[in-house]
Amino acid sequence: MYEFEFEKPSTVAEAVAALADEEAQALGGGQTLIPTLKQRLAMPSKLVSLTGIAGMSGVSGGDGVVSIGGATTHAEVAAAAAGAYPALAALAGQIGDPAVRNRGTIGGSLANNDPAACYPAAALGSGATIMTSTREITADDFFQGLFETALEEGEIITAVRFPVPQKASYQKFLQPASRFALVGVFAAKFTAGVRVAVTGASEEGVFRWNEAEAALDANFAPEALDGLSLDAGGMIADLHGSKEYRAHLVGVMAKRAVAAAG
Amino acid sequence: MPKDNGIGASPKRREDVRFLTGAGNYTDDINVHGQAHVHFLRADVAHATINSIDTSAAEAMPGVVKIFTGADFAEVGGIPCGWGVTDRHGNPQQEPRHPIIADGTIRHVGEIVAAVVADTLEQARDAAEAIELDLGDKPAVVDMAAALGDGSTKVHEDLTSNLCYDWVFGNDDDAAVQAAFDSAAHVTTLELVNNRLVANPMEPRVAIGEYSRGSDEYTLHTTSQNPHVIRLLMCAFVLGLPEHKVRVVAPDVGGGFGSKIFHYAEEAFCTHAAKACGRAVKWTSTRSEAFISDAHGRDHVTKIELALDADNNFTALRTNTLANMGAYLSTFSTSVPSYLHGTLMAGNYKTPIVQVNVKTVFTNTVPVDAYRGAGRPEATFQLERVIDKAARELGADPIALRRQNFITQFPYETPVALTYDTGDYVATMDKLEQVADVAGFAARRAESEAKGKLRGFGVNCYIEACGIAPSNIVGMLGARAGLYDAATVRVNATGTISVFVGAHSHGQGHETSFPQVVAEMIGIDESMVDIVHGDTGRVPFGMGTYGSRSIAVCGSAMVRATEKIIAKAKKIAAHLMEASDADIELKDGQFTVAGTDKSVAWGDVTLTAYVPHNYPLEELEPGLEETAFYDPANFTYPAGAYACEVEVDPDTGKVSIERFSAADDFGNIINPMIVDGQVHGGLGQGIGQALLENAAYDADGQLLSASFMDYAMPRADDVPFYQVDHSCQTPCTHNPLGVKGCGEAGAIGSPPAVVNAVVDALQSAGKDVTHIDMPLSPARVWAAMNG
Repeated sequence: MYEFEFEKPSTVAEAVAALADEEAQALGGGQTLIPTLKQRLAMPSKLVSLTGIAGMSGVSGGDGVVSIGGATTHAEVAAAAAGAYPALAALAGQIGDPAVRNRGTIGGSLANNDPAACYPAAALGSGATIMTSTREITADDFFQGLFETALEEGEIITAVRFPVPQKASYQKFLQPASRFALVGVFAAKFTAGVRVAVTGASEEGVFRWNEAEAALDANFAPEALDGLSLDAGGMIADLHGSKEYRAHLVGVMAKRAVAAAG
Repeated sequence: MPKDNGIGASPKRREDVRFLTGAGNYTDDINVHGQAHVHFLRADVAHATINSIDTSAAEAMPGVVKIFTGADFAEVGGIPCGWGVTDRHGNPQQEPRHPIIADGTIRHVGEIVAAVVADTLEQARDAAEAIELDLGDKPAVVDMAAALGDGSTKVHEDLTSNLCYDWVFGNDDDAAVQAAFDSAAHVTTLELVNNRLVANPMEPRVAIGEYSRGSDEYTLHTTSQNPHVIRLLMCAFVLGLPEHKVRVVAPDVGGGFGSKIFHYAEEAFCTHAAKACGRAVKWTSTRSEAFISDAHGRDHVTKIELALDADNNFTALRTNTLANMGAYLSTFSTSVPSYLHGTLMAGNYKTPIVQVNVKTVFTNTVPVDAYRGAGRPEATFQLERVIDKAARELGADPIALRRQNFITQFPYETPVALTYDTGDYVATMDKLEQVADVAGFAARRAESEAKGKLRGFGVNCYIEACGIAPSNIVGMLGARAGLYDAATVRVNATGTISVFVGAHSHGQGHETSFPQVVAEMIGIDESMVDIVHGDTGRVPFGMGTYGSRSIAVCGSAMVRATEKIIAKAKKIAAHLMEASDADIELKDGQFTVAGTDKSVAWGDVTLTAYVPHNYPLEELEPGLEETAFYDPANFTYPAGAYACEVEVDPDTGKVSIERFSAADDFGNIINPMIVDGQVHGGLGQGIGQALLENAAYDADGQLLSASFMDYAMPRADDVPFYQVDHSCQTPCTHNPLGVKGCGEAGAIGSPPAVVNAVVDALQSAGKDVTHIDMPLSPARVWAAMNG
């Protein structure tokens, strides 16, 4: 990697100030950024670690909402959210491997918005609210395409507020090499309606499968999805699967998510 | 009661103590005072003319010691190819120059374009980014068939074409072979791909070159399976150095699987640069570099045809294969698709006519060479797949069809040049049917189907030729080296023993198993015996470890040397006991005189050898050290039968391996636990090839699976608990231990069983699927089911 300055602020305000430098880069758990730096694919002048900020880590809840600090690791979510939001905790517990889960953070994952990451599906599928250093952003507005989000330069994810659904499940079909989601589907049933979010599949990144949501609003059961199919156009094609395969897998994993949600 | 010492015992691997507690000494653990670091600037395009390289800005960067380009190596030799294959017309293979650093043309992504030596690695990387390249892009040659087409771009302008050789083996009478097919009652044809693989040993390659101005001596520490071979090739062919001035050390090596047999440019570079820079020069490969610079494996495209008579007897076999050489000829590259592949095409079967046709092809890809099995997996895969397809076409039981065609008389001369000395394929198949619980399959299939899964059963046989090789025979076939091995047994005054062996252990457990043999022969505890390996400065000239040869060839040398030790020790004992040496017996470390109660202990004799006060000095030299070189009389022929059971998820195409059973005949076995481990590891790699691994290039010659993000290695949860049995033993008839070799069997024997099982599963659901090319990824299986 190239040389860089390193700061580890203890407040959000200090972090925001540190990130004001044009070439500064926020560092969460580093599970994407550090390998990128090692390959010399990025050259930030300064890394600003967000893991030393008081109050930005941990899981809290009440009134049908689970709030997770932006610097909370996947392992902590897997453990601490298991009671309040089991489907979310299960998702966190299946990201990567133990080393990844004990370093990677929810804020880092959402800010990166990798098209094959798991957390975007949970946030979009739950209708979560992304709390930042300056504002609140709904998940529907937050994800804007591959590695693209609504975050402005220097804006920090401080917390994510997840409404807790009546039932939910995330089902992931593993890409054989990376074990990222080749396709992952998060299905959640709220009193206000069903949300189905799909990761791994689309060239536009995480998206809601509206047709499936409508069908499941009427009948939250796997068979409600019979006959539904997703247009393969716009799906990702690579070594690990064609567009048609991914479109097909979305249907399979959606049914499995609904079945698992009970 | 199992033995706890000597041959047949399973002591835990003594080397694992240091490996598992962080006390190993791998090449990257070695740091030489004052060493500089080299970073190789590697090509990021597959094919280009280098119009110019401007290193002036880079040379001015901090810490830079020296920058090398192809011009700096114009006066030294290229990397040699160790095997010259003669084509069907009697012509030699086309053999291009293989430069240390690209000399005017880039021929694959990953080829070294320049080398920056600097005080630190980061400085070297910084400077490499300041090198200015002016490249003239050329079309990449990637597809083998297209590479052989008229008008294809040539990988090497100075060769006549992209064809390395066009080779025929076995019955070369095309008309006679065709006549056999014309008169067949049934012909089964199959076209298939043997997928390209990256070996990916856990430890990437490392090289450290040192030069001593005072003694004019070089030392190269390198991650090698065969340090003497590296020294010979590098000194004699590349750098022109006197061998006695060069020491090559391969300390602990973290896996090779073939990829660390070969002499690589980085080794010669670090040796050369150490003198040129006046400093030791170290290189440690990154994993990313390994993907584009370690030799790849496999990469065959084959059409195979099997002819059968009306009684389902195999009457003829014909294959046509394109084999990828990559951009240059790696050390043993040309032997793999020819003599390590064609000679095995008879398999376990008495097919009277076998014709093997192979065209090897240059492409703008990483060089391809031996990878665990090396030619034999390619032969086994196509043969056992076409037999399975034939069984399905004929409605025959796949096991019965194989049994019917088994070779049962030994020795057996195949139509493809080998003489199998011994074997019992019926016995291993009997054992397999028992171990795999073939009878219980129907019930297991019903259980799977109740869960909505498809279950399939696949079986295959394999035979391999190990213990390479009789030097005179391989010499006639084009090998440019002898393939004996060597051992020196040095007995110390107090009776402990160091055995200096030419074989190299990089995962095989030699440090445990070799002493078991010597301990057994003398009747002492194996803790009194150590082996020394991996250092040309210490061990006799041996040829190293590959092709499952170590115990069969080097182990035999060790036995011969130990026999000499025992013979001499008996003379000393006879002197001490005032008896005739013909009457001396050695048992449990005690020398006795037959028919008397006289005895002296091993330690008394060894002490006497080095303190020869009471010693027949007129007749016998003092000391107790003997060397033996052993050149095998034949290959050894491990063989066996494997069975795989899979579940296929019809919704996703995902294959899971539910059972895998192996019945192997390895002849006599030194350490059963280590043999189990070797088979387990081989099965893991074979299953990896069958389901996961794929080195895929795009049309521009870019490796698409150039990291673990896209290259799928098998993980623990991808493989089942194995049932491994090696109780069928027909000892090798021509080496002193009766051993055959077990290192590659698992990787050779497992891919066809997996594919056969998946095809069986899909056909059980009425799917008209007769073949899927490896790796059988979920996407490919799903596509086949829905094609």
